[in-house]
Amino acid sequence: MPPCNNLPSRAGLGLKPEHYGEILSDRPDIGFFEVHAENYMGEGGPPHRYLSAIAERYPLSLHGVGLSIGGSRDLDQAHLARLKRLIERYRPVSFSEHLAWSTHDSGYLNDLLPLPYTDETLNRVCAHVGEVQETLGTRMLLENPSTYLLFEESTIDEIDFLQAISERTGCGLLLDVNNVMVSAINHRLDAYDYIRRFPVERVGEIHLAGYDETADEAGERLAIDAHASTVHDDVFALYEFTLGRTGPIPTLVEWDNDVPDFPTLQAEAERVDDALARLPAAGRRVA
Amino acid sequence: MQHAQGEARFAAALADPELPLPEGLTSARGEADRLRFAVYRNNVHVSLVEALVRAFPVVHRIVGDAFFRAMARAYVAEHKPESAVLIRYGSSFADFVAGFPPAHALAYLADVARLEYAWSEAYHAADADPISLQDLATVAADLLPDVRLIAHPATRLLSSGHAIGSIWSAHQQEQVARVQTSQPETVLVTRPQAEVKASVLPEDDAPFIAALLAGDTIGEAAGKAGTGGHGFDPGAALAGLISLGAVSGLQINTQETFR
Repeated sequence: MPPCNNLPSRAGLGLKPEHYGEILSDRPDIGFFEVHAENYMGEGGPPHRYLSAIAERYPLSLHGVGLSIGGSRDLDQAHLARLKRLIERYRPVSFSEHLAWSTHDSGYLNDLLPLPYTDETLNRVCAHVGEVQETLGTRMLLENPSTYLLFEESTIDEIDFLQAISERTGCGLLLDVNNVMVSAINHRLDAYDYIRRFPVERVGEIHLAGYDETADEAGERLAIDAHASTVHDDVFALYEFTLGRTGPIPTLVEWDNDVPDFPTLQAEAERVDDALARLPAAGRRVA
Repeated sequence: MQHAQGEARFAAALADPELPLPEGLTSARGEADRLRFAVYRNNVHVSLVEALVRAFPVVHRIVGDAFFRAMARAYVAEHKPESAVLIRYGSSFADFVAGFPPAHALAYLADVARLEYAWSEAYHAADADPISLQDLATVAADLLPDVRLIAHPATRLLSSGHAIGSIWSAHQQEQVARVQTSQPETVLVTRPQAEVKASVLPEDDAPFIAALLAGDTIGEAAGKAGTGGHGFDPGAALAGLISLGAVSGLQINTQETFR
């Protein structure tokens, strides 16, 4: 199976329709663009025209949000077929999805919902990841979630769960550092300890984003994975610590809500490129 | 099995804020927390309402943000997307609007929603090159009555008892002009290239064009439209339809020709 990831070890940005024209006319120096696969599942029209033009000029990462890999039910074959068509059409250099579920009897719930970590769910997720990789003909990256609640029935630690999936299926991992911070705040965990224990040799991409904050019923900090602001300083510091362990890794800045003008996004990307450039050459991981 | 049961409890509690939290949830302090669970519920509902705000901008503008969001929340509660392809979400929103009592004072609102969904379908429809009047001119005159049109994949036709095309156009402007809403209109939506176009058809042409787009031959369609108003000219109506970019091929007997 081809490797899951040929993205450059640079900053990438989420591609937003608001910026199509500007990107094509100004050709900003961005390492790669990432799109949500579901936004390009129409038959034709302007979204495909623009994506084709941008994919000719930049490496493309395809990021799915709706496959429900962490769900108990069988994968939606129609959705898998749509993903396969997109991959054949655009030949993205990376495909990633989430450790989460989103589909139930009533329909598609449009959120990344959490699952308990048990032997049963581990087997299920491994079967799903294997099926995805088999059907799409590519290795994928699986992303760690941000969560707000825990399950009493969980018997496996999240990092052990992700590592077991990666070992059994050969998939790579997408390490979302903002998700690590969100979950650490929400579950009174040490985010740095999470990064120290994470199997960094399996990481093919890093995600960064901004989070919102509120409080729960007991008045404790409740961080929300909002993707609606700049990357917070605590997350950026955690990212630099992460790079110290991983070496240079392709890093996406996600900003999906209240999307700002392109120069604001570009400034976020430059901050990431600077952090990547500061890494000592000797410390760089051999790919 | 436990996994599926846990999901079912979680999904039920997402749908109904009156239900107690699903069993088996906890937090670092050792108890479940309603505000934590509410983040998930909020994510589901708000993101789907936002998807409708994006898909129905004219309806949103007509009724205002608060009314639209209340109506959209009621729709979302009953109708979840059939798949993760949210660009297709809202196919039954117009029917819902038609049956939503607080919106009944605006008799045209449901048909405006229908037009907006057709616009969205046209935006995402398959690409195809439209034929031109020159392409039509290559057909021998005696064959014309047997010609069928192949509609462009983006072409949609909507007939309403209200002036939905004029209402829609007025709301594309910063200043909304007054519209006589009770005038029946037939609107053709298509996307010959990158841009979606919505055009109000002459009322006399509408039955002819509807028959053509439904697959009748030009001869059959002209026969059905024969009783139309005295302003009706099938040649001009056909030329107008092709000029709008609504046709991507011709079928003569069983042979198809595309540009």
